[in-house]
Amino acid sequence: MEVLNKIPDFRDTVPIDTVGVLERVSRLNKRSIKKESKMDALKMALSMCDLTTLEGMDTPGKVRQLCYKAQHPHESIPDIPSVAAVCVYPNLVRTAKESLKGSNINVAAVATYFPSGNGTLESRIEEVKYAVNEGADEIDMVISRGAFLRGEYNFTFDEVAATKEACGDVHLKVILETGELETLENVRKASDISMYAGADFIKTSTGKVSPAATQPVTLVMLEAIRDFYYKTGIKIGMKPAGGIRDSKTAIQYLVLVKETLGIDWLNPDLFRFGASSLANDLLMQIVKQQTGVYQSADYFSKD
Amino acid sequence: MARTKTDQPKLNFDGLWDYDPAPESSDAISIKDQYDLFIGGEFVAPSKEGRYFDTINPSTEERIASVAEATTQDVDIAVKSARKAYDKYWSKLTGKDRAKYIFRIARLIQERAREFAIIESMDGGKPIRESRDVDIPLVAAHFFYNAGWADKLQYAFPGRQPKPLGVAGQIIPWNFPLLMLAWKIAPALAGGNTVVLKPAETTPLTALKFAELIQDADLPPGVVNIVTGAGATGSALVNHPDVNKVAFTGSTNVGRIIQKSLAGTDKKYTLELGGKAANIIFEDAAIDQAVEGIVNGIFFNQGHVCCAGSRLLVQEGVADEVYRKLTDRIETLVVGDPLDKNTDIGAINSKAQLDRISTFIEKGIAEGGEVHQSSCSVPDKGYWCKPTLFKNVSQSHSIVQNEIFGPVLAIQTFRTPAEAVEKANNTPYGLSGGVWTDKGSKIFKITSKLRAGVIWANTFNKFDPTSPFGGYKESGVGREGGLHGLLPYIKL
Repeated sequence: MEVLNKIPDFRDTVPIDTVGVLERVSRLNKRSIKKESKMDALKMALSMCDLTTLEGMDTPGKVRQLCYKAQHPHESIPDIPSVAAVCVYPNLVRTAKESLKGSNINVAAVATYFPSGNGTLESRIEEVKYAVNEGADEIDMVISRGAFLRGEYNFTFDEVAATKEACGDVHLKVILETGELETLENVRKASDISMYAGADFIKTSTGKVSPAATQPVTLVMLEAIRDFYYKTGIKIGMKPAGGIRDSKTAIQYLVLVKETLGIDWLNPDLFRFGASSLANDLLMQIVKQQTGVYQSADYFSKD
Repeated sequence: MARTKTDQPKLNFDGLWDYDPAPESSDAISIKDQYDLFIGGEFVAPSKEGRYFDTINPSTEERIASVAEATTQDVDIAVKSARKAYDKYWSKLTGKDRAKYIFRIARLIQERAREFAIIESMDGGKPIRESRDVDIPLVAAHFFYNAGWADKLQYAFPGRQPKPLGVAGQIIPWNFPLLMLAWKIAPALAGGNTVVLKPAETTPLTALKFAELIQDADLPPGVVNIVTGAGATGSALVNHPDVNKVAFTGSTNVGRIIQKSLAGTDKKYTLELGGKAANIIFEDAAIDQAVEGIVNGIFFNQGHVCCAGSRLLVQEGVADEVYRKLTDRIETLVVGDPLDKNTDIGAINSKAQLDRISTFIEKGIAEGGEVHQSSCSVPDKGYWCKPTLFKNVSQSHSIVQNEIFGPVLAIQTFRTPAEAVEKANNTPYGLSGGVWTDKGSKIFKITSKLRAGVIWANTFNKFDPTSPFGGYKESGVGREGGLHGLLPYIKL
């Protein structure tokens, strides 16, 4: 990790005007995406999906099914991209890794006492090391929201930095759990801290807290990524997760990315959707674009 | 994939996933090949036969329709018809009955919103997103708002006996054709007056479609008259001896001529004229949202807005950041077909206006301004101007002093709040202004020192029928909108 000499004072707050953010989102939502550009968007969104199963009831069997779906989203459509990654708990990383052997789909593991983050730093780091050892390509960590909301920004910085150290070359996504940070200024601050501390990606939510990803929050995070890029020349990825269920919303997110960060971010290396049901809706829309008619959900495999 | 570092970070917006055209279909709308004058509830031919002029689509340079040119004689007939309608019908109706008609107009506009929006974009060049989401909804809102006052004038002006003035002669500009019509006609009718209105010669079509709507609304004949034509027609209307009130929106030059010709008469008048608004960005502002406000302030309606934020004053500490973000942001503005739903900046309204804007841009460069334009391409046919920024300009540059009325932003910096206020006020105009800061107390402190009629804080170009609008100094006299806008149509 490169040394960042000019780390800002995180006690300073970057002002964010909520009304202005909502207006910008609403304006971007008015973009009309038709014809080829719609088809391109649907395929692009599919290639950016992190198929996720994060339940207490997960089993190796369930994970293997998900991995097959990840590689073969819908057999009847040619030239369909596979998804970007499969996201599981650390104890299922090995199963996922084996099932995805030979594909270029990554295995992401949620770690650091997902979803609350309420563990000792040592035990959380241990979990990261375990997941990395099991073969995870990406680690999705959570920050300690309690510490952040108490104003212990150094703690947040240090936990991200320590996790990144434990990750080594493995890709680190930092989940801010924006639904618990509540204000957009907090979202901005947590984004800045994570990026300066070594995050490769910043991610909105665990999916366990409502609200999960929203477009205003995503826009603020994209703008934080842009400012970080302006200052450092380093491109950080973005992952909205949770609550994105349909293609229309997914395309709206892509518009946000394109018009805030530009086309360099329109690929799975720098933008992901954390979603479980989105992939099938994208597939349904792709079939609709190709055939002109909607098919029943029964023609699409659930996982 | 590990984090990699680029030495010269640059955002790229083109070359991948370009949006396909998404044009609004104009199939469903009907435009006649030729329009006559709307006088006494009927379309009548102009008195000099064959005096018609073409109105063209500025995005294609193609003719849309021909429109009659009203002579002094035609204007006289129109004013007489308005006077007759005032004496015979409109002044005899109760406020409640007038309100019924005005509410009916408002509802009919909502019903035909799509048609009006499309024609507005075809005739004037503004993007359909704006005519659909801003112009036409505001038109309906102005009629609804004023309809509500028609039977409550005693409450609007308590303790007084509000009476109408008589016949109002109204002249409107080409930048918001139907909206300016609504600003003029709605309060006039609510106050009990009848009107003769002259739309701008480059954008007469929505006013003529509105005339058809007036017929459908079954308004008594002559209450609303629409006469089309250019300067001579307007002059005939202003100088007509039987007009009681003149309302004009347009350039300061024409406003001066009108004010001169009204001297010595007892005609009441309101003038909405030019502007050169300062948009002031303090270093404690929410910068990303302020950048949006700058874009909205100067590029809304191609900059054809009298209250446009055409002067940007930015505090030195954040000037580089704001400029960098602004240059990236204008790369994402879609310039082109006004009927495309994704278009942000449509066509310049006319060849004459494009020439005026181009002359100012050349002047700005000749005077040493640092120019930057979006890298977008523009269609071959039609009148287009890329979003344009000027850095390194000062109060003495002509592009800082003059109203350009196009998508051209002059950027200056300041060091202290006092300097910002001084620069903002150092203009013959005083129509609008903007202040951007996260600090509430600063908003009150600065805005109370700005000499402008409308000042927005942490937003820009927001309009509402309940809010008065108008200028100081060379930006005009009188207010439109709200109770302040009703008053000029009332004798107390």
